Amino acid sequence: MELYARRKLMNRIALTLALLAMSFGLFWLFWILLTTFELGFSSLSLRLFTEMTPPPGSEGGLLNAIVGSLMLVSLATLAGTPIGILAGIYLAEYGQHSMLGRVTLFINDILLSAPSIVIGLFVYAIYVHPAGHFSGWSGVVALAMLVIPVVIRATENMLRLVPNTLREAVFALGTPKWKVITRVTLRASIAGVLTGVLLAVARISGETAPLLFTALSNQFWTLDMNQPVANLPVTIFKFAMSPFKDWQDLAWAAVLLITLGVLSLNILARVLFRDKHRV
Amino acid sequence: MNSTRNGNVGDWVFLNLTRLAAIFVLVMLAGTIASLVYGAWPAIERFGFGFLWSGEWNPPAERFGALIPIYGTLATSLVALVIAVPVSFGIALFLTEMAPAWLKRPLGIAIELLAGIPSIVYGMWGLLVFAPVFSKYVQPFLANTLGKLPVIGELFSGPGLGIGILSAGVVLAIMTIPFIASVMRDVFDVTPAMLKESAYGVGATTWEVVWNVVLPYTKVGVIGGVMLGLGRALGETMAVTFLIGNMNVFGGFSLFLPGNSIASALANEFAEAESEIYTASLIELGLILFFITFIVLSLSKLLLMRLSRQEGMAA
Repeated sequence: MELYARRKLMNRIALTLALLAMSFGLFWLFWILLTTFELGFSSLSLRLFTEMTPPPGSEGGLLNAIVGSLMLVSLATLAGTPIGILAGIYLAEYGQHSMLGRVTLFINDILLSAPSIVIGLFVYAIYVHPAGHFSGWSGVVALAMLVIPVVIRATENMLRLVPNTLREAVFALGTPKWKVITRVTLRASIAGVLTGVLLAVARISGETAPLLFTALSNQFWTLDMNQPVANLPVTIFKFAMSPFKDWQDLAWAAVLLITLGVLSLNILARVLFRDKHRV
Repeated sequence: MNSTRNGNVGDWVFLNLTRLAAIFVLVMLAGTIASLVYGAWPAIERFGFGFLWSGEWNPPAERFGALIPIYGTLATSLVALVIAVPVSFGIALFLTEMAPAWLKRPLGIAIELLAGIPSIVYGMWGLLVFAPVFSKYVQPFLANTLGKLPVIGELFSGPGLGIGILSAGVVLAIMTIPFIASVMRDVFDVTPAMLKESAYGVGATTWEVVWNVVLPYTKVGVIGGVMLGLGRALGETMAVTFLIGNMNVFGGFSLFLPGNSIASALANEFAEAESEIYTASLIELGLILFFITFIVLSLSKLLLMRLSRQEGMAA
């Protein structure tokens, strides 16, 4: 009986530790969200959306950074998504058994987790350095390079889930392959692909490292993408490290905006995907 | 393939368009490596292999070595893994074997949200909220307990400033937990129910099933998940930049000391680097980082592929 008691005790200890591990994970999530909301909301004001980022010691808002971030993220998504979807189609529909397909799939998974700061270095080397100045467009290129692997992964995964019988049924009608893919298989997996795009948007909206050497930041209002462009992440980096109280407050407000945006995109992506799959 | 004449042209165009996009991914990788090597060339030429083990980082004298950033990168990532691996295992165990069905999904999403929070948020929160609490309560506690032990005591000696390798590692751990935990959960889920039920059937406890059946079956995948987390931790930039203290001088092995990591050296210094050799040395750091993460992530991917092949054979 002693062995039995010991096994039971062992089990109880292990399960308690697992419960503690789960609480440990949730604890950080709540702590981070709590401070972000508390400090972010207290710094929130209408001025954030109407005024530019201020010089130290004076008041201001985040308008140029918000608009800059929106431009960078939307242009990067527009540029990266089609390439990602096309490559994803190749991997799932044409290249499953080819060398190119297998190698690309492998490399893509590595790029998915590769350090984003290195992507920033790459864009610096091929774009910023030759052009001689930091610019919004180089930031778009860097962010688009982060969008592509996420969209490829989602597209490839989702297309693989489409049953082959569906493809065969359409082929049997004499439909050319490109029409089968664009009209049937891609359409059947559109919710999943869209989820992937949303997750990509969520990922790049908070990316700071690749923007440090590309879009940099700008204290002033500009819509010229050939200039350095203000954006929320780099503004947070600059303001959070500063000793000025009003800069730190602005940084907390910016953190709140980004966190709310990113978390709602994440949740939206999951809801969207689940509802589609229930049908 | 049967298709109309019209379809032939369409098929040809579409196939090549998608193939081009796939090739583009390879070009991205090749371009990254080529441009890093090209950019780092002046430093590679000047310092040779000595760059890897020289501990001097002296921009005014134009003498550069990667040892301190490499040490900081590895040390923070190891601290992160020491914390994140057992916790992630616990979370995966909880999610697969303990949680009631209705709780699995929301809790899984909550952990994944932790991965969704941008690293700049971790950085700012870490510096302004976490570090003060850490230096006031946790570091004195560690110094008085683990710090008193022989050998490992040295790791917890010195003044606890709140920023340094240990706190950067702890925040990195929080950031890597979701990646490791979700891979572990997913691979635990592929264990055939029949195997587990057989073990339960002969009277094994939940813990015995996980430790003696699930873990051996999914070992390869679990290691793959840990490697994925390591790959993520090595290249993590903003959170570490806020917390590591950015010191380019080696002061000892205490984890309380500030240091520097490759990614944070790049984030802090690259835009200000003036001389060609300074820029080239920073790019060489980037190349080293890319090389290390590439190997770690490749291993992770190969291990995970092995698990899914093994599963395919069993089915």
